Amino acid sequence: MRIGILALQGAFIEHEKMLHNLGVETQQVRLSQHLNGLDGLIIPGGESTTIAKLAIDFGLFDDLKAFASEHPVWGTCAGAILLAKDDQSNPPRLDVMDIQIVRNAFGRQVDSFQADLQVAALAHLNGSNPTFPAVFIRAPIINAVGKKVEILAQIGFDKIVVARQGHLLATVFHPELTNDDRFHRYFLEMIPSK
Amino acid sequence: MTETTGTFAVKKGLAQMLKGGVIMDVVTAEHARIAEDAGACAVMALERVPADIRADGGVARMSDPELILKIMDTVTIPVMAKCRIGHFVEAQILEALGVDYIDESEVLTPADESHHIYKHDFKVPFVCGCRNLGEALRRIGEGAAMIRTKGEAGTGDVIEAVRHARTVLGEIRHLQTMPVEELMTYAKMIGAPFELVMEVHKTGTLPVVNFAAGGIATPADAALMMQLGVDGVFVGSGIFKSGDPAKRAAAIVKSVTHYNEPKILAEISRNLGEPMVGRQISSLPETELMAGRGW
Repeated sequence: MRIGILALQGAFIEHEKMLHNLGVETQQVRLSQHLNGLDGLIIPGGESTTIAKLAIDFGLFDDLKAFASEHPVWGTCAGAILLAKDDQSNPPRLDVMDIQIVRNAFGRQVDSFQADLQVAALAHLNGSNPTFPAVFIRAPIINAVGKKVEILAQIGFDKIVVARQGHLLATVFHPELTNDDRFHRYFLEMIPSK
Repeated sequence: MTETTGTFAVKKGLAQMLKGGVIMDVVTAEHARIAEDAGACAVMALERVPADIRADGGVARMSDPELILKIMDTVTIPVMAKCRIGHFVEAQILEALGVDYIDESEVLTPADESHHIYKHDFKVPFVCGCRNLGEALRRIGEGAAMIRTKGEAGTGDVIEAVRHARTVLGEIRHLQTMPVEELMTYAKMIGAPFELVMEVHKTGTLPVVNFAAGGIATPADAALMMQLGVDGVFVGSGIFKSGDPAKRAAAIVKSVTHYNEPKILAEISRNLGEPMVGRQISSLPETELMAGRGW
């Protein structure tokens, strides 16, 4: 199994370390040809406007969209923004997941926070810890989802923070900034075995 | 569920999201928009770029909050702002404005000749400059959640940025190879907190993100710093003191992503217009150097 990590800008090394610790081979993706032969892709956190611009300028944007229509892709924070439905706002979205997402929805950096999150979908990976230590950095919120989308975690009644649509996964926080690899293992379970 | 703000993980986390990116100095809302459109991962809001501070002389202070707020209203990317070394009230004001990062910066005239701000007391994260490992670890000990090597701001001469990056990264490599019984004396020698010296000895890396700054003026300069091993770059005067800021800004952003691809660097370096007019650092009198500010 080989998992790509979009490495245009942002916290891609953190995802790479997590996957290496799980014994998974990785590929940093900066150009379209780096997508060849990958079994899945992680789009990391970073600045979504920067990542989208670089993807467009280097002709990667449409290839990412095509890849995401066939392979498992997980977006964290900026990555989740890119996976969302195109709503004509900046940055341009890949328009592959039926979710609407609002940037910087919790406020500015002084409002960034940590919280222990209930995620039932991780139950089989939990061990002794029933909650996940989620780090939200100028985080977006998923504020609407289509019928095919499963809501995996939310804060309060209306703030959706983890969503899955078949082979696509979106988390608005950063599992790669913790020592907790359960979300990475959850994503690896989404990769079909050959 | 409790939500905890202002933790070190959250402060350091924003810097981690900026990695592989370019943070650009901007002095107007229009500049900020150009920077965002060019792909900057954050902007530094200030009244004068370092080249002008250098040219104008006089005391350089925190920018007018009005200007900072205008820039915050204009862009969606993080906005940073500078306070003077040791001026914790300027920092309180910047925190109250809601800026995303504070640069306690040697580019402004220092307010305290022997102390920096105790940065753990703030919810907003701080970035600080350094010239060597001891200075970096003292700033982290005070609570800095991000480090940048200082270089010599406003010169367009990359030599000091290279010197400082090589020094910090070289000292880390040296520290990694030391036997543990030498670490206390080394901590004493470089004036760094012992626990942080122990940590760097074990991990082989600074505990926070490390950018390069000071004198970066071209895509090649930015890629040079990335190949030396920093996590991203600050570009101050190099963009808006050049002939075609939008084009140069976009090219520097690309050079930081593709820093290891000379063919791509060659392509994006073409036809960028006039770079900023530089000032060779060796021609500057000692009293005009900024990097020595910091204790």
